[in-house]
Amino acid sequence: MSELKKIDRREFMKRTGQAGGGLVLALTFGSACSKAPQPGPVAKATASIAPNVYVNVRDDGIVEIYCHRSEMGQGIRTSLPQIIADEMEADWDKIELIQATGDAKYGDQNTDGSTSIRKHFDLLRNAGATARDMMIAAAAGMWGVPAEECVARQHAVHHEASGKSAGFGDLVDAASMLQAPTSAKFKSRDDYRYIGKPMDLIDGRAMTTGTAMYGIDTVLPDMLYASIERCPAFGGSLLSVDDTAARAIAGVVDVIKLPEPSSPPMFNLQGGVAVLANNTWSAEQGRKALKLEWDRGRNAEYDSDKYKQALIESASSPGTVVLKRGDVAAAIAAADTVHEAIYYAPHLSQAPMEPPSAVARIDDDGHCECWACTQDPQTAQQTVAGTLGLEQNQVKVNVTLLGGGFGRKSKPDFIAEAAWLARESGKPVKVTWTREDDIRHGYLHAVSAQYFQAGLDAEGKTTGWLHRTSFPSIFSTFSNEATGPREFELDLGVLDNPYDVENLQLETCDAKAHVRIGWLRSVCNVYHAFGLNGFADELAHLSGADPKDHLLKLIGPPRQIDPSESGGNYTNYGQPLDMHPIDTGRLSAIVEKVADMAGWGRDMPDGRGLGIAVHRSFLSYVGAVAEVSVDENGKLVVHEMWTAIDAGTVINPDRVTAQMEGAGIFGMSLALHGEITAKDGAIVQGNFDTYPMVRMNESPIEIHVHIADSDAPPGGVGEPGVPPIAPAIVNAYFAATGNRVRELPLRKAGLT
Amino acid sequence: MAVEFELNGEQINLDADPAMPLLWAIRDIAGLTGTKFGCGKALCGACTVHINGQPMRSCVLPLSAVAGGVVTTIEGLSESGDHPVQVAWRELNVPQCGYCQSGQIMSAAALLERKPKPTDADIDAAMSGNICRCGTYTRIRKAIHRATGDQS
Repeated sequence: MSELKKIDRREFMKRTGQAGGGLVLALTFGSACSKAPQPGPVAKATASIAPNVYVNVRDDGIVEIYCHRSEMGQGIRTSLPQIIADEMEADWDKIELIQATGDAKYGDQNTDGSTSIRKHFDLLRNAGATARDMMIAAAAGMWGVPAEECVARQHAVHHEASGKSAGFGDLVDAASMLQAPTSAKFKSRDDYRYIGKPMDLIDGRAMTTGTAMYGIDTVLPDMLYASIERCPAFGGSLLSVDDTAARAIAGVVDVIKLPEPSSPPMFNLQGGVAVLANNTWSAEQGRKALKLEWDRGRNAEYDSDKYKQALIESASSPGTVVLKRGDVAAAIAAADTVHEAIYYAPHLSQAPMEPPSAVARIDDDGHCECWACTQDPQTAQQTVAGTLGLEQNQVKVNVTLLGGGFGRKSKPDFIAEAAWLARESGKPVKVTWTREDDIRHGYLHAVSAQYFQAGLDAEGKTTGWLHRTSFPSIFSTFSNEATGPREFELDLGVLDNPYDVENLQLETCDAKAHVRIGWLRSVCNVYHAFGLNGFADELAHLSGADPKDHLLKLIGPPRQIDPSESGGNYTNYGQPLDMHPIDTGRLSAIVEKVADMAGWGRDMPDGRGLGIAVHRSFLSYVGAVAEVSVDENGKLVVHEMWTAIDAGTVINPDRVTAQMEGAGIFGMSLALHGEITAKDGAIVQGNFDTYPMVRMNESPIEIHVHIADSDAPPGGVGEPGVPPIAPAIVNAYFAATGNRVRELPLRKAGLT
Repeated sequence: MAVEFELNGEQINLDADPAMPLLWAIRDIAGLTGTKFGCGKALCGACTVHINGQPMRSCVLPLSAVAGGVVTTIEGLSESGDHPVQVAWRELNVPQCGYCQSGQIMSAAALLERKPKPTDADIDAAMSGNICRCGTYTRIRKAIHRATGDQS
């Protein structure tokens, strides 16, 4: 407590955003997002103290918590306040959650890479703990007792010796004379009140009553609704526009041409013609009446069938070696059995249920305010500022709830469109992408081809393993120099190869991008885990071993792997290896656990099988078992799934369970149905009829989830559940039928 | 032109093109945003509302089709958000992103109106028009059973 310093009253007023005494702080609730569980008597607050940017204690007893991460279904708006409230000893019923706008003062707001807990756990604990110590110091000062004799417990500070206690709200005035500490001791795990508990969703009521506000739900006075027709092929340009018929549609107000796309695309405007109207439907009707001619440009020849063959050829030839252990060529030459295979997976679209949608308004001073379903409000600020020629601090980005994200809403291109159109039209503008816009003009998950070759000795032990991967890089969205996979993408299921094989070689092969490449939930891990687990299953059957036993043998004894020892430039999802090792012991434990849950080894009727897969991603370990059957009509049924996750320390086990259940369905959709193709540069699919999703009638009756009890540092949760699902299903399909599938989706194999 | 119908218990006269899909009339003209856009082609169910008690996809239904009819949206399903389906949804923490849940709840409520004790096959038949990209199906199924009073 010694570091607490006094600050003057004026500084206090400035820090709490008050121009003068007595200003009601309820003004800060202008967020479009749903409110906290128990709003409380907001109008009574007359002062407050903000120990840091995440916490503001009001004198009406409410503790405001600022959620600086975006909610897209992972439950962060529940688990983030669990951490802060727990460390602070704030009462769950006396907190109010406020969605933070985009602002560098919060630090990293990019809700991506399953980072919200794994990279911010200590920061959030510190925000709560320092706020708690500030309240203790305020009480101790008020009572003239040593701070060490005081404790914070359930929204109040207590001095046991004298029996005195004061609620947090009553300490605002005293705390305002102090400077907040920058560090504080964290609670011990045994004392957690909320961390590790299945707290109910903060937004549960709003989400079940239609009052939750998403990007598409923002309405401003005088707002126009825009719908944009874009070039069928990415990177093309507009040759001519005839908007006579469009302007004649009732409700249409204006037709505006957007600037031609830049190269590389980044998150910038991608051209097109916008129809602005006084409602969404009129804008879409006007758009249909546009007569446009396009030059499809540099990607006009893009044909995904031809590209597939080229990608497979690329992966079939030696590439750039990115990791080498031992001598693979010698091991293969000396092997008793050599096996090779190509694994292929297509482009995918994230297709969140809420398509990209944003509202922007230009204020009288020329500054821009946006309301958007964005995963990354600071990048949205930068992109809008760049689009309009403003400074970043002249753009305000309000973050709504996201109707799904899955990586699509990391890219603020749609927000830049709204901002551009708002300035050009002189009115607030809402841009809403149709489903066809979303599937045809987004940032696609990369198509991929992988080549695997293994050498086995007479006992069936794998002595050499060669893995080549080829896919158009995410880097191509940011640089015209991108020619193939980049190192940051090789973290995701290549360099972190966990297999105990004496001779290992990993290579990358070139691939050019012809669409905007983005990222989708678990990114490259989707196809790498599919290939790794599928090929491992092939080797198990080849050597006559049980797939689970073989997998454990392949993973080998418990140890920690450092890819740099074999020349791999590995960055471990941006976190240190000593804190988050590649631990094969944890990987094997998850295999054993999930196999046990599924009753691995039990007798199965003909035409039914179990498949197993495991993968470490985003610093968490996930295993999956699927039970499938195929009927005489080729209908594949996934009856049940079992998944086990070791994510280290877990904040809200119910949200982790929900993420694993959801990842099971997401993984099933890409395994069974997901495929985006291109012809003449244009995406062929457009809606859920041609880009189908798993529905209730295909859902397993149960997805069983086990969460490992662990006090290791937290790993990711939102994404790691996805990678093992597709290979578990493919391996189960083999067990059921004897047919090996090396290409996704499974419906390409004649299954329905 | 105006179209007259009952919306969430109130008789209204909505000044909009009768050809406009009910979804956009509800959202953009009447200002009720609880009903969601997901596909525009009756493929995903996010826009499900009740027309004279029947679940319908409002994104393909012209406003003229509800003239003189009774339309109920998620905002009007219950007085205080306590329809048994809504309560069960919260008890099981069904939503993830929540975006599709208005449509899921409207489909489920209509199912229970018709079949107070639905089987799993009934649930498959009634709910397969509603896509949840977050993948909450196993919880939706449990919540529907729970809303019937079955606590298992």
